Formats: sequence, structure tokens, C-alpha cells
Amino acid sequence: MLIGISLISFFIMQLAPGDITSNEAAFNPKASEESRQKLRELYNLDKPVIVQYGLWLKRISQLDFGNSFSSHQRPVLWQTKDKNGNITKGLIQEALPITLLINLLGIFIIFSISIVLGTLASVRQNTWVDRSITLFVFVGFAIPGFWLALLLMYWTGVVNQWLPISGLHSPGYLGLSEFDQILDLLKHLILPVLISCLSGLAGISLYVRNGMLEVLNQDFITTARAKGINEKKVVFVHALKNAILPLITIVGLSIPGLIGGSVIAESIFAIPGMGKLFYDAVLMRDFPVIMGILTIGSFLTLIGNLLADLGYAWADPRVRKGLVR
Amino acid sequence: MMIFFRNPLALSGLIIIITILFLAIFAPLIAPYDPNYIDIDSILVAPNTNHIMGTDGLGRDVFSRMLFGAQISLLVGFVAVGIATLIGIILGSVAGFYRGWVDSLIMRLVDIMLSIPTFFLILAVIAFLTPSIWNIMIVIGLTSWMGVTRLVRAEFFSLRQREFVLAAETMGASDFKIIFSHLLPNSLTPVIVSSVLGIASAVLVESGLSFLGLGVQAPTASWGNILTDGKEYIQFAWWLSLFPGLAILFTVLGYNLLGEGLRDILDPKNINK
Repeated sequence: MLIGISLISFFIMQLAPGDITSNEAAFNPKASEESRQKLRELYNLDKPVIVQYGLWLKRISQLDFGNSFSSHQRPVLWQTKDKNGNITKGLIQEALPITLLINLLGIFIIFSISIVLGTLASVRQNTWVDRSITLFVFVGFAIPGFWLALLLMYWTGVVNQWLPISGLHSPGYLGLSEFDQILDLLKHLILPVLISCLSGLAGISLYVRNGMLEVLNQDFITTARAKGINEKKVVFVHALKNAILPLITIVGLSIPGLIGGSVIAESIFAIPGMGKLFYDAVLMRDFPVIMGILTIGSFLTLIGNLLADLGYAWADPRVRKGLVR
Repeated sequence: MMIFFRNPLALSGLIIIITILFLAIFAPLIAPYDPNYIDIDSILVAPNTNHIMGTDGLGRDVFSRMLFGAQISLLVGFVAVGIATLIGIILGSVAGFYRGWVDSLIMRLVDIMLSIPTFFLILAVIAFLTPSIWNIMIVIGLTSWMGVTRLVRAEFFSLRQREFVLAAETMGASDFKIIFSHLLPNSLTPVIVSSVLGIASAVLVESGLSFLGLGVQAPTASWGNILTDGKEYIQFAWWLSLFPGLAILFTVLGYNLLGEGLRDILDPKNINK
């Protein structure tokens, strides 16, 4: 699996017209002949493709993704120490926690709201409640995130000046007390988190609604009702528990989408996360960073899927005991 | 055809799509101005009777640009999904029909493609090629065939043991004939639904790429790159942001409604209702 991902990442690098060093030179005129020679050695461009791939694989298996092409030449993945003991932080090392924070907050919000909406819609099936939630779902699917981001930026940032519209911190951030720092960060995060969870919110609400409708028609629900258990308990305890189980898998599957979606939200709001890093790298044709993020992003997805499978087994005793698959 | 009129979802989706299709096809006739004509005397004019959607930062008529942008959106949607569906059908058929190691190989490939964040993959490929409308269509197509492959494969698995397929096999029909005249026609329903929904997401991806400046390149108008201008002038010119956004919203909504409606219509459980 990992090998396949690395193959595809590597194949994309081969798509670049000509020699990546000449290409890079065109985009970064400051690169000297010496540094170009260094790059050629780094990627072993004088050797056959298969050997190049093998050597690249060997390097990334030691988690060495090389250094960025841009002028600061920072390491792509993790910090390094130079001779004088100065630590240079890795680009992904700095960007990843920010993107993770936004997405985890997003997933939390998605779940808390969409479970309520989905349940509500299913219990009140075919009433105006259900219809308006369905309408919200369709609009939520269709609305382009970057457009909504622009409108919200204009409305809350330009017209009313309620919220800051870009970056993560206000000027003078370091002078604030710890509590104010967190408050400041949260204020900067409201819009990006909202944008990043919009389509997930719509999708999962629909999923919960359909799942609940299916579960509510099953025999054990009829049994529970026949036994005279009150309706609230039937819905929230008996039905909901079963309907939201598959969501664990959905979260695992939605990770690549969430990471990918961060490109647009982060570049609009100028948030220095993985998406912005990737976008800037693409504009600069900063190959080591592009390759590094592709590989790390896919790796995170695999971890996410694994966690989802484990989570499912933990939540569903039938799977844990191997009774169903 | 009549069945469309009993399904409000599909009907409203169909109406939206046909309207946009009409506007896009007849764009050269409807557009009041040349979409690329730069008029420095009317820069950032608010919507009025001459320019019903106003003008942009170079004095170009936004309504005309929107009409030509619709062509781009539709073209990208259809071609990208066409490529994805074709690849999906071929790989899905092969995997579902021959099973064994061919199937495992193709399914591994699907798993790998699914675990790479798609938007990153698209951006990376675009970075290495030059951004152009053809590259975008091909790249979106090449990164979105996995769903169709899985659907076709699953359909083949369930059809393979049915009597009519066994009968064809017993009579000595070739693999090719069994796949194309027996299995495929019976597994197209979910493919059609997912293709229609796929067009919606292709339109979204294209507009997102163009918005980031990595999609359709200026001066060619696309809804995404009109929005890029909208971002630039957001404090003075709301019309530059509002109209293209609404256009994308309605197009995507139209395809989604049509797709979900078709799912209901084509569901055998609902045929006799």
C-alpha cells in the first residue's frame, strides 16, 4: 500500500518536463550551478529511473524528505540541527498541527450538529422539518466553499468587523495573556472551521437521516415500542446507537477529502497549514515539499482508516467477536 | 419520460440543467458584449440596464463572461466524467469478470488512489504540467474513476451467477460478448447516477482550481476566475463575487437533484409505484 503511494508520488515527479533542476532554475533564478549540481546528486538524476526510485524510497523510509527548494531551504518534514546547534524547524512539522486542529474541530462540530439534524429529520419524516433539513443538505452540498468564504469574509470582516479575516494571530499576539491568546486563536479559527465543515455537515446529516429511517423500520424497534418503552428512549437509545455506528468508517474515508479541502480554505484565510504550504509549493514548483506532503497526506489517510477500523471494532461487539464483517 | 414529472427532485434538476445548457450553447448569440472586450471607460460599473451583471476590473461585461464561463463548466464536467466513467467501466468490468489476481490488482490500485488526498493529487499534477482546460479535464478524470470501478465490479459480482449469464456462457458466448451484451447493460443504473453526481463535483473542482489561479487561464472566462477577481475587488464590487457563486451553486444543485432523482426513478423498488 505504502509502496503504491510512493510509486504514484514518484511517477508524478517524472511528469515534469525535462530535468527538474532546469525547471527549478527557471523558477528560481538565484539557484547557482553548484546548488543545481547538488540537487542532481540528491535525486540521482544521472541514474536510471528505477534506481532513482529505489534511492528515493530508501531516503523517505528514513523519513528524510530533503530540504525545500525555496530560498530558506528549510527541511520538509522535521527539524534539523546544524553544526552550531541551531534548530531549523521542518515545514510539515509546523503546518500539520494547524491543519489537524482545524479539521478535528470541524469533525467535532460536524458530528454534534449533523446527528441532531439527521435524527430530527428522520423522526419528523416528510414534514416541513424534514423538508427544510433536506433543502439545507442539498444547498450545503452545492455551495462552493470558497465562495461562501468570500461572502462571510466580506460580511463579518469588512462590513461589520466582527471577526479577523486572515492569519492565525492578531498583531501584538505575543503580548497577550495566555487566555487572551487562546481566545484570539479561536476567533481567527471560526470562519475557516465553518467553511471546512460545511459539505461534511450536509453529507453526514443526510447519512444519519437515511440510516435512522432504515433502523426505525427494523423489528427490534417495533419490539421496543410494543414493550411500551417511551418514544424518546426508543429513538435516542435504541435506534440512534445503531444508526451512527457506520459514521466511524465515514470519518476514516473522509480524511483525504478534508486534508485536500484545506487548500482552498487555508489559502483564502492565509492560514499557514498543510493546504497553504502545498499551494505555495505548487506555485513555486517546490518539488521536495510537494512530494513530502503527498506522501505524508496519504500516510495520514492510511492511519485514519486504520483507526476507523479499530474504532468500529471497539464500538460494535459483533465485529469484535467476529460474528459479522 | 413521463416518470420525470412524477419526481419533483429530478424534474427541478433537469430544468436547471437544461436552462444552463441552453444558455451555454447559445452564449455567442445571447451575450450582449464580447466577453474579452476591454472597455476602460466602464471599469467596475455596478449592474445597470447596459450591463445587467455589471463590469469587472478591466471593464469587461460580467454577464457575457458568465455565459462563456458556463460553456467551460459544462465542458469540463462532461469530459472529465466521461473519462472517469470510461476508465471505471473498463477496470470494473475486468475486475468483476475475471476476478482472481486481476481483481486484487485493480482493487489495490483503487485503494491506493483513494488514500491520496484527491485535491492534492490534482494540484500536484497541474503543477508539473501547465494549467490548461484540457489538462484539467484529463486530471479530474484520471483521479475520479474509483467509485465507478467499485460499482461496476460489485454489479458484475452479483450478476455473474444469474441464470441468463450462465446460459450465455453455456452456449459458448465469448467473454467480450458476455461482458458487453449481458453484464454491462444490466449494471449501468448505479453508474448513471454516480456519473451525474460526478459532474457536480467536477464542476466544483474546476471552479476551485480556477479560483486558485491553477485552472482555466485568463483571459478565457470561467466562473472560478471571475470569482478570483471578485476576491480582489470584494470591498467595491459585490456583483463580481455574487453572480458566479450563484451560478456554480445552481449548476451543482441541478446535477445533484437530477442524480438523486434518477436514483429514485431507476430504483426497481419504485418502478411499480
